[in-house]
Amino acid sequence: LQESESENKLDGETASDSESKSEFGGSSTVPTSDDTPEVLNRALSNLSSRWKNWWVRGILTLAMITFFFIIIYLGPMVLMTIVMCVQIKCFHEIITIGYNVYHSYDLPWFRTLSWYFLLCVNYFFYGETVTDYFFTLVQREEPLRILSKYHRFISFALYLTGFCMFVLSLVKKHYRLQFYMFGWTHVTLLIVVTQSHLIIHNLFEGMIWFIVPISCVICNDIMAYMFGFFFGRTPLIKLSPKKTWEGFIGGFFSTVLFGLLLSYVMSGYRCFTCPVEFNNDTNSFTVDCEPSELFQLQEYNIPVVLQSVVGWKTVRMYPFQIHSIALSTFASLIGPFGGFFASGFKRAFKIKDFANTIPGHGGIMDRFDCQYLMATFVNVYIASFIRGPNPSKLIQQFLTLRPDQQLHIFNTLKAHLVDRGILGSLEDA
Amino acid sequence: EVDLEERLRELDLRSDSDIPDVPPPTDSTPEILKRALSGLSARWKNWWIRGILTLAMISGFFLIIYMGSFMLMLLVLSIQVKCYHEIITIGYRVYHSYDLPWFRSLSWYFLLCVNYFFYGETVADYFATFVQRREQLQFLIRYHRFISFALYLTGFCMFVLSLVKKHYRLQFYMFAWTHVTLLITVTQSHLVIQNLFEGMIWFLVPISSVICNDITAYIFGFFFGRTPLIKLSPKKTWEGFIGGFFSTVVFGFISSYFLAQHQYFVCPVEYNSETNTFVTECEPSELFQMKKYSVPPLLQAVLGWETVNMYPFQMHSFALSTFASLIGPFGGFFASGFKRAFKIKDFADTIPGHGGIMDRFDCQYLMATFVHVYITSFIRGPNPSKLLKQLLILQPEQQLSVYKTLKSHLVEKGILQPSLRG
Repeated sequence: LQESESENKLDGETASDSESKSEFGGSSTVPTSDDTPEVLNRALSNLSSRWKNWWVRGILTLAMITFFFIIIYLGPMVLMTIVMCVQIKCFHEIITIGYNVYHSYDLPWFRTLSWYFLLCVNYFFYGETVTDYFFTLVQREEPLRILSKYHRFISFALYLTGFCMFVLSLVKKHYRLQFYMFGWTHVTLLIVVTQSHLIIHNLFEGMIWFIVPISCVICNDIMAYMFGFFFGRTPLIKLSPKKTWEGFIGGFFSTVLFGLLLSYVMSGYRCFTCPVEFNNDTNSFTVDCEPSELFQLQEYNIPVVLQSVVGWKTVRMYPFQIHSIALSTFASLIGPFGGFFASGFKRAFKIKDFANTIPGHGGIMDRFDCQYLMATFVNVYIASFIRGPNPSKLIQQFLTLRPDQQLHIFNTLKAHLVDRGILGSLEDA
Repeated sequence: EVDLEERLRELDLRSDSDIPDVPPPTDSTPEILKRALSGLSARWKNWWIRGILTLAMISGFFLIIYMGSFMLMLLVLSIQVKCYHEIITIGYRVYHSYDLPWFRSLSWYFLLCVNYFFYGETVADYFATFVQRREQLQFLIRYHRFISFALYLTGFCMFVLSLVKKHYRLQFYMFAWTHVTLLITVTQSHLVIQNLFEGMIWFLVPISSVICNDITAYIFGFFFGRTPLIKLSPKKTWEGFIGGFFSTVVFGFISSYFLAQHQYFVCPVEYNSETNTFVTECEPSELFQMKKYSVPPLLQAVLGWETVNMYPFQMHSFALSTFASLIGPFGGFFASGFKRAFKIKDFADTIPGHGGIMDRFDCQYLMATFVHVYITSFIRGPNPSKLLKQLLILQPEQQLSVYKTLKSHLVEKGILQPSLRG
C-alpha cells in the first residue's frame, strides 16, 4: 500500500530531468544535500531558484566538457586512470544505494567483501589487457611473467577466497539480506566493470574510437533536451515523462550530423586514429603509425537522390565517417534505453539521483547511464567489422604450443601464403 | 544494535507476510516403490528411496557415458535448462512475480540468447570443417558476436518497454535474479562441455569426485560424526569432512588409473566431417602414458616400494579431488544458505527423496570452473585449429610479418631447418 502511494507521487517527474523540484514526495532513501560550491551560490544568489538551477547545470556541463578536453590532451595513460576512477565511483554509488535499500550497512564483512570482489574482477580484466598490450615488458620481468602465465588461475583463486569468505560470513538472522547484497554486488560488477574495460579496449584501438562514441552520446543528450525544450509536444515513454518524440528525432539527426563532422575533423590527426602502443624503449605510450585505410580520404559517389539536394556529384570522405553514422545512430536510438533503464531503477528504489557528486547533475552514474550500452556496442562493432585478431597475441599463443603443432601451423600458413601469391616462391621465404 | 535488529525484523516481517507458505513437498515417488516399501517404517522408507534413486541416477550416468559425447552434451544442456527453471521458479514465488507482464517470456528469451552466444563460440571452434562448407553458417559465425549482442539488446529493450508503473521494483529484482542465475548455471554448463571436449576423463573424474565426496562424507559422518563443521549445515561434521577428503583422493587415484587406459576417455572429442559423428581417437598424450615415479623416502617405508608406475594424470587427479573435497562443499553451503534465506526445503521436487536437480548439482559449480581454469593454466595450450583460423583472417601484410616472426622462432629453436637457398 505504501509503495503504490509513493509511485503515484512520482508521476510527472523524471529524476534526471527534474530542474526545480527540491522536495521529493514519498520515502526517499538518499537525502539530497546542496553540493554547490559557495562561489557559485553567491554569484547566482540574485536569480530565482529555477534559473539558478539552470545556470548551475550549464556551468557544470561546461566544466565537465572542458575537463574532458584536458584529459584527452594529457594522453592515453591519464584517460585510462580517469576511466578507472569513474568506474570505482560508479560502483561505490550503486553499492551505497543497495546498502540504503537494505539497511545493510552493518552486515558483517560486507563492505570489505564488496570492495574485495571489485579488486578481483579488476585484477582479472586488467591482467588480460596488460598481457596483450605490454607483452614485451611482461616477458622481461620474471615475477610479471609468472603472474601472466598463470593469470586465470590466480584470479580464480582470489575470487574463490572471496566466495568462501562470503559463505563463512553468513549469519543466521541476516541470510536473505546477505544474499541480496551478494547478488547486487555481482550485477553491479557485471554492469560497471565490464563496460569500463570495454571502453579501455576501444581506447587502445585508437582514441577516436573512444572519443566519437562518448561525444555522440553526450551530444544526443544535449540536443534531445534542446529540441524537446523548444519543440517538445508528444511524450515518448511513460517511464520518462519529460522526453518527447520531437526531442528524440531532433536529437537523432543532430547527432548523426555531429558525428560526421567530428569524425571528419579527428580523422586527420594521427594521435587520434592510431592504435595506442607501448614503446618498450621509452617506456611510454606512443600513437604513431601509418593511418589505416579507414582514415584515408576517398571519393564516394553521392546517390542520385541526394545529388539534387546537395548539388555535388561526388564527395571526399573518410571511410570512418560511414562507420560514425552507425555509431551515432546507435547512440541516439538505443543509447536512450540505457537512460530509461536507469530512470526505472531510480523510480523502483525511490531515489532522485544516484548520488550528489556533481552539483545540478546528480551522481557520476547519472551522467554515464546512457554510455553503458554504447561501450559494449562499439567493442562488438570493432571486433566484428573493423579489426581482425591481434597479430602479437596470436604469436604469443603460438609460442606456447608444442613443436609439432607449431610446425603444422607454420606449414599450413606457408601453403596459404604461397597460394595467395603473397609469398613469392618457396625460396623467397 | 537493537535498532538494526528491529529494522531487519521489520523488513523480514513485511516481506515474509507476503511469501506464500512453501507448499508441502508433493510425493513424486513412483507407485511401485511405495508398494514395495509399504511394510517399513517412515525413516527406513526414506533411506531406501534415497538409496534406490542414487543407484538409479548412477546407472543412468553410466548408460549415457556409454552412449557417447553427443548424448552427454544433451544431458548437460537439459540439466542446465532444468536448473535455470528451478531457480527462476523460486524467484517467482518469492516475489509473486508470476503475473508480471512479459517476464516469463523474457527470462526464457535471455536463456536462449546466452546459450546461443556460448554455443556459437564453441561450435565455431570444434565444427570448423562442418561450418566451412555451408554458406549461411559462415555468415553466422563471422558476425557471431554482433548477432548475439543484437539479440541480447532486443531483450534488454523489451524489458525497458515492459516496465509497469506499479511493479518497477519487482521487475528489476527479477531482471537481476535472471542475470545472476544465467551467470551461475549457463556459464558453468558451458565450461563443463569445454572440459568434455578436452577428453571425457576431464568430465568424468571431477564429477565423480564430487559425488564420491558427497557420499563418503555422509557415510563417515553417519558412523563417526561428532564435531559440527559449520553452523549453516548442522548435519555436516569434521569427521565426515576429513574422511570424505581422504576417500575422495584415493577414489580419484583409482578411477583415473582405470580411465587413463582407454582411448575413449582420454582423447579429445573431435567431429569427423566425413562420418558426421564424434570420434575419440588419437595418440594418447604424455599425460596418459605410464611413467616411473620414485616414491619419497617417507612413503617408501610405509609402502615398501621404491618406485611406482603411475600415469602423470593421476597427479592431476590429486589436485582435482582435493578441490572437490575441500572447496566444493562451499558450493553446497552457499546453496544451503540460499535455501534458508528464502525459506525453502529443497529447490524443487523433481527427484524423489533428493529434491530438485539443483540440490544434486550445488557442489558441482565451482568444480566445473576450477577444472576449466586448471586445464587452461596447466595442461593445454591454446587450441591450434582456432589459432590457425585466426591467422588466416589476418590482413596479408600482417600474415607475412607473422610468418617471418614464426619462421625465425622455429629456426632458432631448431624445429625448422634453415633453408639452404636464398
